Amino acid sequence: MNKAPSPHPFNRFDFDIIRQWTPKNAHVLDLGCGDGTLLKGLFNSHNATGYGLETDEDKLQACVESGVPVIEQNIDNGLDNFQDQSFDTVIITQSIQELSNPRFLLEEIVRVGKQGIVTFPNFGYWRNRWMLATQGRMPESETIPHKWYSTPNIHLCTCIDFEMLCKENNIKITAKKMISHDKRFDWATQRWPNLFGELALYKIESNG
Amino acid sequence: MPSKESKTTPESVGIVSPSYFTVEETITLASQQTLDGYTIAYETYGTLNENKSNALLICHALSGNHHVAGRHTPNDAKPGWWDNFVGPGKPIDTDKFFVVCSNNLGGCHGSTGPNTVNLKTSLPYGPEFPIVTVEDWVNSQARLADHLGIEQWAAVVGGSIGGMQVLQWSIAYPDRLRNAVMIASAPKISAQNIAFNEVARQAIMRDPGFNGGHFYSSKDYPKQGLTLARMLGHITYLSDDVMRLKFGRELREGKLNFDFSAEFQVESYLRYQGETFSEHFDANTYLLMTKALDYFDPAAAHNHDLSLALQHIKAKFLLVSFTSDWRFSPERSEEVVDALLKTNKAVSYAKIDAPQGHDSFLLDIPRYKNLLKAFLQQVKV
Repeated sequence: MNKAPSPHPFNRFDFDIIRQWTPKNAHVLDLGCGDGTLLKGLFNSHNATGYGLETDEDKLQACVESGVPVIEQNIDNGLDNFQDQSFDTVIITQSIQELSNPRFLLEEIVRVGKQGIVTFPNFGYWRNRWMLATQGRMPESETIPHKWYSTPNIHLCTCIDFEMLCKENNIKITAKKMISHDKRFDWATQRWPNLFGELALYKIESNG
Repeated sequence: MPSKESKTTPESVGIVSPSYFTVEETITLASQQTLDGYTIAYETYGTLNENKSNALLICHALSGNHHVAGRHTPNDAKPGWWDNFVGPGKPIDTDKFFVVCSNNLGGCHGSTGPNTVNLKTSLPYGPEFPIVTVEDWVNSQARLADHLGIEQWAAVVGGSIGGMQVLQWSIAYPDRLRNAVMIASAPKISAQNIAFNEVARQAIMRDPGFNGGHFYSSKDYPKQGLTLARMLGHITYLSDDVMRLKFGRELREGKLNFDFSAEFQVESYLRYQGETFSEHFDANTYLLMTKALDYFDPAAAHNHDLSLALQHIKAKFLLVSFTSDWRFSPERSEEVVDALLKTNKAVSYAKIDAPQGHDSFLLDIPRYKNLLKAFLQQVKV
């Protein structure tokens, strides 16, 4: 995981949907949990339990300061210290694109969790396409704010790419939601998700 | 000698003195051997609150003792061994916590140990002192807690073999601590670690001055053996990197003498450390402490499944390891972390990037200090 700041342009709109998708009293594992805000919220609102995994020392410190159990662990190496189906929900928010082997981690997520929640910036978003098409340059946007040479995002994908990967790996998508920072175009986002969805949210589980 | 002004910083607990607590009855130890009562030396800092809910126990490491912070007299050259961590406003904040540390049973700084006179024989116990284990230490600390009226510790904190005591506390007395801080420790030590301990013990026992452990009445004592044991220990407490940084291949006189004197700075350092230690530590105690370290293995009684040993734990855990610590490597701490995760216990874990080796747990490493401070600030009293 790279230490570059993660993009949080929506003031974490994705958290609202994650909260809706997480069952009450859930045992939760948050991969790349940041300062623990999401987990702490789930502990309070959902009576949830669980852990965050983080490698950034300042974020880890912030978790300890707010009483969120946090383990210093690089998720790029997998989750082999966790048992099969030992969490109700495993969450990864906007960091799967930073991993060296996202496919492996997706498999780990549905192995360890009864359900997984994955959010990522959709590279197929029209502004990204526009910048590449009209300027011939690597897209930069609110969800992808980095320069090409210093980005932690080494495995960006579109919604279609993600869905194909799930299909190939026998991972079932049980819910999908696209959001964009400009809520005025919500109808367009739902009609053409891979074009107008800026941030993709998926609920996944193992197909058995 | 430092000047008077510099001896007590504003954050020091100041001048402290040890207390003593005596158990009169005969105690059966983990080894099934008995001890006809014992005395425990301990120190306390801060004030026990009305609800007795702010007590924090520190468990000391191999060569440590109950003198954690402050000075016994204004003229003491050095404060207690963890003065940098314990005091008003420090990570272990004595404005918040009533801090207790006892000298382990079998120690040589005030608790009953091999150098204590056995009232039955009017002679020091010497080698007759029974083998004590981490379990025995924790049981004696529990008796001390009873004596102090402390039903439940807000936290139990320890590094190295002190961390093993923390783990044992949480296993043996799950209802008697709310938080557990285990630093640079392990759920059991490795064969390599036992090997180092064995060399240390052999150095002591093969010293003619050891005399089978009976050396209290003669002028001679196993000074050479104890010095060697400590020199060996010291090497394992540091890392290759920090030794290179601290000493390199620097020569004391700037040239080779082509003899066997302490030519390199590192040789001189080790000799000095070993000799100083040999003057104030008891050889029989050193043997006992290393044995306790070797024996500790709470998973052994549970088919070597650590998560089973930890299944009844209630305390919230913080574990800390240091990247360059090869005596108690991060992997050993992670065994505990994984076992706690497996049983859904509340646990946080940090692997601190530090070059100083096992000794890191005693040092002013900012990230480590901040983390410990943050964790203990969360503790409700």
